[in-house]
Amino acid sequence: MAGIALRRLLGALPVLLIVSLITFALLRLIPGDPSSVIGGPSATADQLAQIRRNLGLDEPLPMQLVHWYAGLLQGNLGRSLLMGQGVVEVTFERLPVTLGLSLYALVITLVAGLASGIVAALRQNTWVDQLAMMVAMLGISVPNFFLGLLGIIFFAVKLGWLPTGGYVPFSQDPWEWFRTTTMPAVSLAMLQMGLLARITRSTMLEVLRQDYIRTARAKGLPGRQVVVKHALANALIPITTVIGIIVSLLISGSVVTETLFSIPGMGQLLTQAVLNRDYPMVQGGLLLTTVFLVLVNIMVDICYAFLDPRVRYDGK
Amino acid sequence: MSLLEVRGLTTAFRTERGEINAVEDITFDIDEGEILGIVGESGSGKSVTALTIMGLLPQPPARVAAGSVRFRGETLTGMSEPRLERIRGSGISMVFQEPMTSLNPVFTIGEQIMETVRAHEKATPRELRDRAVEMLDKVGIPSAAKRLGDYPHQLSGGQRQRVMLAIALACRPKLLIADEPTTALDVTIQAQVLDLLMDLRDEFGMAVMIITHNMGVIAETADRVLVMYAGRIVEQAPVVRLFERPEHPYTRGLLECVPTLEQDTERLAAIPGSLPEPGRRPPGCRFAPRCRWRIDACRTGLPPLVEQEPGHASACIRAAEIAAQIGAA
Repeated sequence: MAGIALRRLLGALPVLLIVSLITFALLRLIPGDPSSVIGGPSATADQLAQIRRNLGLDEPLPMQLVHWYAGLLQGNLGRSLLMGQGVVEVTFERLPVTLGLSLYALVITLVAGLASGIVAALRQNTWVDQLAMMVAMLGISVPNFFLGLLGIIFFAVKLGWLPTGGYVPFSQDPWEWFRTTTMPAVSLAMLQMGLLARITRSTMLEVLRQDYIRTARAKGLPGRQVVVKHALANALIPITTVIGIIVSLLISGSVVTETLFSIPGMGQLLTQAVLNRDYPMVQGGLLLTTVFLVLVNIMVDICYAFLDPRVRYDGK
Repeated sequence: MSLLEVRGLTTAFRTERGEINAVEDITFDIDEGEILGIVGESGSGKSVTALTIMGLLPQPPARVAAGSVRFRGETLTGMSEPRLERIRGSGISMVFQEPMTSLNPVFTIGEQIMETVRAHEKATPRELRDRAVEMLDKVGIPSAAKRLGDYPHQLSGGQRQRVMLAIALACRPKLLIADEPTTALDVTIQAQVLDLLMDLRDEFGMAVMIITHNMGVIAETADRVLVMYAGRIVEQAPVVRLFERPEHPYTRGLLECVPTLEQDTERLAAIPGSLPEPGRRPPGCRFAPRCRWRIDACRTGLPPLVEQEPGHASACIRAAEIAAQIGAA
């Protein structure tokens, strides 16, 4: 299993290289650069040129790239042009906020998605099945910012149960964290919950038709054990792949949700950084986010080996 | 009282074209320790009969439309699922045709044997393990204790069927239903698994209901035979009697299909035509369209299963004539 992890880590290096190249190129393709943001609207052309020189933006693009990679190899991702703080420092300040929100949304997704998918499969073609799939379809098709807005109007404005936005760190006040994060997490989770419910349902239906399920029943195992042990253990193999994708979707989806609920996470940070052409911040922040997603995918692969003995032995 | 008593069993399936009887009016007994062979083409209703006895058909679409199954005096048809679960695997066990897909790929074979015992008996982990080793040993898996942790994909088809037998017999059932247990195996392995099945029958003293389309398997194993065609029993007899004096034209056809070395005919005999689909069965005798003994009377009304001699029954209006002809030949 350590072998799998090591091989996948090495395999991730080209991914990181490509992501950093694309980020670099895209940022330079957008018109405008940080000098105008730093200098302000009243800055003269000379002042702007001076700022650019200070930031090293007057160098040819390949040189800028080489400098950035050189810094990266020394573990230095530079400083945010606007905030003045180190990129790594800012990222480690904001990333936990996004991760907390995503993790909460993931828990909601897993509990609701798996449960409704399994129940729908067991009660195939009944009203329970239809209801679960209708909710799933709703989650998939309605944009999550719209659900978020409806949530704000209903739970915050009309009922006043939850705040309209804002954020309190978990370490400071767990209950307030829970209150501020629940609505964003639910609206973030709706899409992936629908996705997971539908995939769980179809996977379970497929697995329940297998010969080994008939064997399990022929052995006289109780119905619950047949479903929870024999069916789910097999269904989880393809579902795990989907959960890996869902984690990536949750992290990228948090960009919109964080903006909507004014949560100071990675999504908000990177959106601002892009708008301000804060080159080091966007490049570094995206690279670190990518590293994190790669790690999640490796964990999924390891789970895969854990769930499926056939993969485990092939990996040897 | 017989071990298993099946009376007038009719299993229907709901389809787009209405409800269709997969098997109809099935009546037979299995005595303790007896081996009953059920033979017929694919689609004749052998497996549906077995699955109905086990209560393993999905309901709906399947439904026991008439008749009953009694096991050791208890009526299984209509029994609640929890009570059926107690009988499955301990009173009646079943092994299936497909050893490659019948074991759960994500659990070790040891676990798959032990969980069966756990479901039916109180036992300590130590006892469970010992039982699993004992069962693997009995079904001829070498160095059984070392194989408990193996996963199904590490075993060959023949070994997997042995493991299936170990699971089925772990709780010492009184009746084992073997649905085409050797069909998916290589010919050399088929003989081994059949021998094993017979040895285990002798050792455990259980009754066996063996389902096959292979007359050779029947000849080798069964005490008594049921021949099924298009959902009905067409003939029922002790095995020797069936091979010597088959009365139903379908049984004769099946026997003629078995190639023998003494035959000098260039081609194998085959029964012309094919089994009618359950929804498109002909009126009258269902075998009539394919039967060379057919007369006009065959097309009116189903021929009943009539006992010509004690223990030998057939559903053909010309059974006596056919039997006489064979006797003369």
